Amino acid sequence: MTNAPLMTRETVINTLLALLLLAIPLGASAMGEPFYITLATRIAILALAAVGLNIALGLGGLVSFGHAAFFGLGGYAAGILATHAFDGVPLFAGIPGTASMPIIWLVAVVVCGLIALPIGAISLRTTGVYFIMITLAFAQMIYYFAVSWPAYGGEDGLSIYVRNEFPGVNTAQPLSYFLICYVVLMAALGLFWLLRGSRFGAALQAARQNATRLAAVGIAPFNVRLVAFAVSAMVTGLAGALFADLNKFVSPSMLSWHMSGELIVLIILGGKGRLFGPVAGAMLYVLIEYALGGITERWQFFLGLILLGVVLFARGGLLGLLAGKARHG
Amino acid sequence: MAEPVLEIRDLKKTFGALKATDGVSLDLRPGEVHALIGPNGAGKSTLIHQISGSFRPDSGTIRFLGQDIAGLDMAARARLGLGRSFQISSLAQEFSALRNVMLAVQARQGTSFRFFRPVMNDKSLTEPAMAMLERVGLAGRAHLPAAELSHGERRQLEIAIALALGSKAFLFDEPMAGMGPEGSKALTKFLDGLRHEAPILLVEHDMDAVFALADRISVLVYGRVIATGTVDQIRNDPEVRRAYLGEAA
Ligand SMILES: Nc1ncnc2c1ncn2[C@@H]1O[C@H](COP(=O)(O)OP(=O)(O)OP(=O)(O)O)[C@@H](O)[C@H]1O
Ligand SMILES: [Mg+2]
Repeated sequence: MTNAPLMTRETVINTLLALLLLAIPLGASAMGEPFYITLATRIAILALAAVGLNIALGLGGLVSFGHAAFFGLGGYAAGILATHAFDGVPLFAGIPGTASMPIIWLVAVVVCGLIALPIGAISLRTTGVYFIMITLAFAQMIYYFAVSWPAYGGEDGLSIYVRNEFPGVNTAQPLSYFLICYVVLMAALGLFWLLRGSRFGAALQAARQNATRLAAVGIAPFNVRLVAFAVSAMVTGLAGALFADLNKFVSPSMLSWHMSGELIVLIILGGKGRLFGPVAGAMLYVLIEYALGGITERWQFFLGLILLGVVLFARGGLLGLLAGKARHG
Repeated sequence: MAEPVLEIRDLKKTFGALKATDGVSLDLRPGEVHALIGPNGAGKSTLIHQISGSFRPDSGTIRFLGQDIAGLDMAARARLGLGRSFQISSLAQEFSALRNVMLAVQARQGTSFRFFRPVMNDKSLTEPAMAMLERVGLAGRAHLPAAELSHGERRQLEIAIALALGSKAFLFDEPMAGMGPEGSKALTKFLDGLRHEAPILLVEHDMDAVFALADRISVLVYGRVIATGTVDQIRNDPEVRRAYLGEAA
């Protein structure tokens, strides 16, 4: 269209963020500091979960306060399948568990999509605060279900004794596992980018800006939002499966409303609707948690202050601050 | 006489005790501009909202292209061919003028569930959208966000969107508002040609435009049609003069 420069300021910043996230664990590995590799892996996975939420929240304006449900379901998919594979006990009807990550991911994604559809179909009949509350309510239902279901650890959670397998990669090695997560994150960012620029993305963003306009051209906002909600849940669910394998542990805390809030916070910190908003947000969040968490137990208080600052003075989050206002072509 | 494109019978809508639409019957025939005039608060916009599907009438029927559209929501009615513009313009504010029209083009093609191909270098979207902007004289503003357009330009953009939908009837709610005399004149000329594509139900306070364009005029007062007729009939109707036109006409 117009002669846009080959690389916008935002593209440069995104590239730097991607390289920085890659450089941390590589450097840490060279210096024999595995802790930082784990930290970077955590960033990559939280960013991935937030990329998922960013589809619903950033593009569609759907403030889901229940995405922990999908993060946790993805985690439980990994935990449950791994446990059955480890014990050699079939799941049901003779279907065995599995320790293969690709299969686990597929299951996590499908399960999250299938559960997101009815949750979305009901929640999307409401808007605003009611939508926030109803998504929270659904997530809490799943949370209490996990707490009270003893078969898979109930309140105590479920351990994964050996990290699940990926063909051709030694997943037990921290750097290798980081690289898996990093590649998945980049793929999800690619998906987000494609989605945002596509016909579906146009309809979804129009639904956020003005749903009446969308309906007036003949596109039902509900259908567009529902598909976005399901895709969003699937990506967040995939992150959950990776998170379970990172910690070799799943517990109901992955399903709790704190987790839902954390994902929203990541997006607001980084810049909602921005491609690399979740990455910037996750980096900042984990940095704050790590830096302040070492000094004071009340680090969340300071996180709150920073969040307040962002909401009051930098509505576009970190990316808005660095790269300026988002442009829509 | 040809079948009416749009046929409204005994439509009623109340807001609490207020009868905003009080037994309205009205037709829109092929090729005509049917103007709907009346004082502020008469219920003109409320009627447009019921036709387009933003408000549900309490009773009465609306038939479009021979079909009762009571059960259809706004999006379904738009797909059937009801294109509207809003009194308070309603656009995707962050999107450029071009992208607003492209949305209509993709809606018409029924391709909103395609997830990968980038829209901005998709000529099957950009070219028809640009052609519509050219028709309404907005091509030079194509890349500006809708939020940065003037009030008059936003009206033109809404018309471009309705055109892009391939509408079979146009519902325009005060399209001249916020336009200077030059703009009104140009738009009047444009709408005069547009009637051959699809009939227009035109809500408008600009009487010069109404008298120049309308084949028929209906006068709405307190939710009731007090008169329907040709321009001359309406200009000379004593009740209409008393209720709305005053001595100016
Ligand atoms: N959503 C609503 N809820 C309650 N009352 C409404 C609503 N919409 C319109 N009204 C009332 O219905 C009446 C008709 O309003 P409407 O907007 O249809 O008038 P109008 O003829 O379009 O006026 P104008 O020329 O000022 O645009 C007014 O008294 C208005 O206050
Ligand atoms: Mg009005």
